[in-house]
Amino acid sequence: MNGKLILEDGSVFTGKLLNNIKATGEVVFNTGMTGYQEILTDPSYCRQIVTLTYPLIGNYGTAEKFMQSRKSFVNGFIIGELCEDGSNWQMKYSLTEFLTKQGIPCLYNVDTRAVTRKIRSVGCMKGIIVPEDATQSEIDELFAVPIKKEVVAEVTTPEKYRIESDKENAPEVVVMDFGIKQNILDSMHNLGCNLTVVPASTKAEEVLAMNPDGIFLSNGPGDPKDVPEVIEEVKKLIGKKPMFGICLGHQLISLALGADTYKLKFGHRGSNQPVKNLLNNRVHISSQNHGYAVDEKSLANLPLEVTHINVNDGTVEGVRHKELPLFCVQYHPEASPGPDDNMYLFDQFWTMLTGENK
Amino acid sequence: MPKKEYLKKVMVIGSGPIIIGQAAEFDYAGSQACRALKEEGLEVVLVNNNPATIMTDTNMADRVYIEPMTVEFLEEIISKERPDGLIATLGGQAGLNLAVKLSEQGILEKYNVELLGTSLEAIERAEDRELFKETMNKLGEPIPESTIVEDVESAIAFANEIGYPLIVRPAYTMGGTGGGIADSQDELIDIVIKGLKYSMIGQVLIERSVAGWKEIEYEVMRDGNDNCITVCNMENFDPVGVHTGDSIVVAPSQTLTDHEYQMLRSASIRIIRELGIEGGCNAQYALDPNSNQYYVIEVNPRVSRSSALASKATGYPIAKVSAKIAIGYSLDEITNAVTQKTKACFEPALDYCVVKFPRWPFDKFVYADKTLGTQMKATGEVMSIDRNFEGAILKAVRSLEIGVHRLHMKKMNSWDDEKVLRHLYRVNDERIFVIAEAMRRGIASVDEIHNITKIDKWFLWKIEKIAIVEKRLQCEPLTPKLMFAAKDVGLADRSIAELTGKTADEIRTHRKTMGILPCYKMVDTCAAEFEAATPYYYSTFHAQEDEVDTKSQRRKVMVLGSGPIRIGQGVEFDYCSVHSVWALRKMGIEAIIVNNNPETVSTDFDISDRLYFEPLTPEDVLNIIDKEKPEGVIVQFGGQTAINLAASLQRAGVKVFGTSVEDIDRAEDRERFDELLTQVNIPRPQGISVTNVEDAVTGAAKIGYPVMVRPSYVLGGRAMEIVYNEEELLDYMGRAVQVTPDHPVLVDRYMQGTEVEVDAISDGVDVVIPGIMEHVERAGVHSGDSIAVYPPQTLSSKVIYTIIDYTKRLAVGLHVRGLMNIQYVVAHDEVFIIEVNPRSSRTVPFLSKVTDIQMVDVATQVALGSTLKELGFKQSGLVTPKPYVAVKAPVFSFNKMADVDISLGPEMKSTGEVMGIDYHYPRALYKAITGSGMNIPHNGTILFTVANKDKEEMKQLANAYSELGFKLVATEGTAKAIQEMGIDAEVVGKMHERSIDIIQMIKKGQIHMVINTMTQNQGKNVARDGFKIRRATVEHAIPCLTSLDTAWEVLRALSTLRGRRLVYSLAIQDYVGGGDDLA
Repeated sequence: MNGKLILEDGSVFTGKLLNNIKATGEVVFNTGMTGYQEILTDPSYCRQIVTLTYPLIGNYGTAEKFMQSRKSFVNGFIIGELCEDGSNWQMKYSLTEFLTKQGIPCLYNVDTRAVTRKIRSVGCMKGIIVPEDATQSEIDELFAVPIKKEVVAEVTTPEKYRIESDKENAPEVVVMDFGIKQNILDSMHNLGCNLTVVPASTKAEEVLAMNPDGIFLSNGPGDPKDVPEVIEEVKKLIGKKPMFGICLGHQLISLALGADTYKLKFGHRGSNQPVKNLLNNRVHISSQNHGYAVDEKSLANLPLEVTHINVNDGTVEGVRHKELPLFCVQYHPEASPGPDDNMYLFDQFWTMLTGENK
Repeated sequence: MPKKEYLKKVMVIGSGPIIIGQAAEFDYAGSQACRALKEEGLEVVLVNNNPATIMTDTNMADRVYIEPMTVEFLEEIISKERPDGLIATLGGQAGLNLAVKLSEQGILEKYNVELLGTSLEAIERAEDRELFKETMNKLGEPIPESTIVEDVESAIAFANEIGYPLIVRPAYTMGGTGGGIADSQDELIDIVIKGLKYSMIGQVLIERSVAGWKEIEYEVMRDGNDNCITVCNMENFDPVGVHTGDSIVVAPSQTLTDHEYQMLRSASIRIIRELGIEGGCNAQYALDPNSNQYYVIEVNPRVSRSSALASKATGYPIAKVSAKIAIGYSLDEITNAVTQKTKACFEPALDYCVVKFPRWPFDKFVYADKTLGTQMKATGEVMSIDRNFEGAILKAVRSLEIGVHRLHMKKMNSWDDEKVLRHLYRVNDERIFVIAEAMRRGIASVDEIHNITKIDKWFLWKIEKIAIVEKRLQCEPLTPKLMFAAKDVGLADRSIAELTGKTADEIRTHRKTMGILPCYKMVDTCAAEFEAATPYYYSTFHAQEDEVDTKSQRRKVMVLGSGPIRIGQGVEFDYCSVHSVWALRKMGIEAIIVNNNPETVSTDFDISDRLYFEPLTPEDVLNIIDKEKPEGVIVQFGGQTAINLAASLQRAGVKVFGTSVEDIDRAEDRERFDELLTQVNIPRPQGISVTNVEDAVTGAAKIGYPVMVRPSYVLGGRAMEIVYNEEELLDYMGRAVQVTPDHPVLVDRYMQGTEVEVDAISDGVDVVIPGIMEHVERAGVHSGDSIAVYPPQTLSSKVIYTIIDYTKRLAVGLHVRGLMNIQYVVAHDEVFIIEVNPRSSRTVPFLSKVTDIQMVDVATQVALGSTLKELGFKQSGLVTPKPYVAVKAPVFSFNKMADVDISLGPEMKSTGEVMGIDYHYPRALYKAITGSGMNIPHNGTILFTVANKDKEEMKQLANAYSELGFKLVATEGTAKAIQEMGIDAEVVGKMHERSIDIIQMIKKGQIHMVINTMTQNQGKNVARDGFKIRRATVEHAIPCLTSLDTAWEVLRALSTLRGRRLVYSLAIQDYVGGGDDLA
């Protein structure tokens, strides 16, 4: 069935509509060439319509082991060619089957480069996916649907849970789940941590009552300023325990310490973003997925120093506290998808927790 | 400023002549590097003896040495130039090997030259099998069980332990020379013996074969600050077992999960770090299609063919960045040249699919073994880009110029199903066509084909998808929907026409009225994330938006490139295309280039104003013209590829600049050319054009044997032969050509004389002849395989005057506007014309360099309407010859092609060329001959074995070699002739004579050179001892001269230079500037 993507500015991109599911969301693009399933299941994309720039999607199918969360939270998927079947020994379902099962609206056979160019020049904007013959009132109705702001609440774990290490004397980490990716949990678990994953609404007192060796603030969707109540709790946690944050976690820590965040024109989403570590002048390629960034100017006179910047546009990619054992990064050292060049950050956290080098 | 501020002067070593496994990609890499270094204000000294390259232009380096690439010459140049640093990783394996020797022999240390970029230690750790294995073991990177042997016995012992199949690779070679897969002990012994011979260090690696696994490559960069990135990964369509240079390759990988992609990426980065490479590096893996298991197959610690491909596939200039790293920059300090905003420290994101398809020389070497294995056989490659694989693979197929425009070979129409199925098991150049044929016939499923070929099903589905649309075209009405489906899977108008019984023009018109037009997209390194400053373009029918803005205030002219490197059409034509583009840009005209060869300079992103990476077919070029609307097209620099497009373009209303299509046809059409010759009163060897076999036989009888036969409209003497009798003629007509009224065959009297070649520029009134070249080998040896000498050494003034006169008459008579190339034969002081090519030729770069006349620049201006007078050429005629001599010698790749006869004839066989230049002819000759890789012995034993017709002439030659102190051995008849002169010549038996086995003597190193001429009257298909002897010389790397003329000139070089200084070098700037001539 023919369908189309209509953007807020009126531009229209045609394609084929899978399963006739309509959608409204913020249209963003990701430039990664692999990892479509990881992208689809990254909760940070909650309420967004994700466009992939690589045009051949679904080639290797899907499998449970690549899931980054319990389900996909994206509002829509815009791709070029949708591979009907997949070819890989690990494949359990084709991408089509996966999309259908997850009920993800998907428009394929789209000139995704054209979509990307539009977003690059205008900025991320609202868009809708509709059948070709959608009436104007249907279109208006879909555009009228507001993009939900309570996204962290939607993706966070409803219940606290434990992941135990089989190592002895494993350090205890409380993981505040704002929409965590599975591979962050796996990475810390592989390090040898005992993890207590708690919902985003967990109070600071509860966290501290568990007396962890460290606190981790996860990635997650949306504008960090939409969760002021979380920022208040983070404020109470800072300085109490070693702390590490990724992506939304990084933004929340920065906001809690008095910094400001702002929305990027079209964000950083892909597996090829170069990040320079200012502490040793080394550059690593990173996996990124963020629409907001910490404002460097707002860091002046704060106890934070910039540790990482993006080589492409100079934006802040990581900060650390000048005195406290606290650091955080805007990007995704856990990869999945993307390069694992930045796994050293987990080792750094380990050192903070245990005093020993990995 | 470079971090290494003490660097003022840097030497770059090029890769020398084009051979299989080392082609134009190193001209591309070297040129890019030279420009990158000059951009930094460094003085660049370049050494490369391949005159056909852009990199040996005087605007590429401050000091260009077109001198033999041997340690002796390099030392001489280093001692003169005293460079501060040397970059060795941009000149392929040849450049790298040379640098290794320079270092090992203490020359770099002696002259205090720093090896820049990757250290020698790193190079050794990547290239020496034992050290490599150690390094990988230390890293925990898996490599297939393997051993290194220096003798056959150890090889067998290892095989007994591990079992077969085993892969054998010699250490320190390129293009897998001498390697192979052994399935049995006999095969193992055979391959190991050869491999030991080809290895520079007498070692071969034997390892477990992982044939059938996925073959994946990564291009990795690392700087001195230990920053690492991967530029791109590539997946081979052909599983492990076929050399990557002979594989169809896609970028990026298509069937790898993110986990697999990252697993191998991380391995690549660990490897480049551990090796300590500074610059570019290539890592090849075998990945189990059924698990996460992988093996590291190979690491190339340098810029390579794959890196050229990766550069073109992504827009990331690996060679340029490598050069900057070598002089001390880190990746984050280097600007991304395509975006101009971001840095080189990132990983390109592709939003399209790239296909590379190899171009094999099997159209030339009809008897060659076409099986593909670990030894590379392709001479070149094409690259194509589209938004889907189907579009890209079909673009690639029609870029090959092998007479196909889709995955269909006409000859397979006559195959029965069983034959098609049988051929599915063959791993050769036709495999993908057989697969498509089987699918079209519905005689094998994707699963079955996968089981046979191990090619990933994802690729097979795509081919099946094309086949399904092809079948629909044959039986359904051509609705807009079906037309779109056909274009969506990349079928050309011509293919649609073939399947629907229409003409390509009809389909084109029909398609345009349906509004089905291609969109053009950019290669921008970043999948549109950032704006691009110098992108390049590709077409797709798989898109909604055409993003290429073609509006321009300036004049626009299109230059057509020359497509893949093949025998007969090499890097020379890319040189010409690039220079034409530069000339246009200098004139303030916007230059648009169309080409599909990823190895070349012309497809570098910043050469032209706009680059279209597209097939060179009428449809693809016309689509671009429709979009760009250039003033016209220049076809005379892109070899026969571009010339062949001229007529179609003109028919479509496109202006062709330069010599008119009509006049091109007059030069190429036999009868019309004869008319012209009569008009201008120039003699040619008697000949006729025939359209059927009977006429050929009668015609040949009338002209008298021997006759030269060839199809019309060819380049590089494809399928050209001298036949001595009717039997051979019939054999030829049946085997080498398909004679039809549309494709006549030319039968000419064969004249044995001196061949002379002229390149001239004409504006239709005046004619400038920059130089005349005399061939060492007599007519009958293809001009591309002859040694050519500038200026002529033996021609009389009368002959030269006649040649000038004829050239002028022909240029004016053909209304030439631009370049033309003429071949003459001189017999008994009389000049006959052999052929005229109203276009640039193979010798244009050579002649431009030695005469210091920018021939392409002048010709481009003339083609656009300038007169030679306006350009400063006061009068017509021959430009005063220079006081030095330049010799161009052919270079062959016979060691890569088993079963190919190496004897020289009218069919071109060389893959490249070298130049020797000096004030003394014998030394120029010596430089050319040694530079071509021929190990001319200064003493030792020479084997003579010549045909009866040559025996008289051979006697003097034998005498002369004997006088120089060589020991002579000869086969019986030849020995008898020599003995008649009173000279000792030991008789050695032919192989079927049991006495002494010549092959054994060659193997044992008892013969140091062979002089052998073909015995014609035996017929070509008789199993020949000569053939076996000649092949043995190739396998054991001793010179074999198959023309007595060559033997005479070798003798001349040897005798004149005896006791004199052999090594003397000057930069080309010194020669043309008239510098130091006191050698």
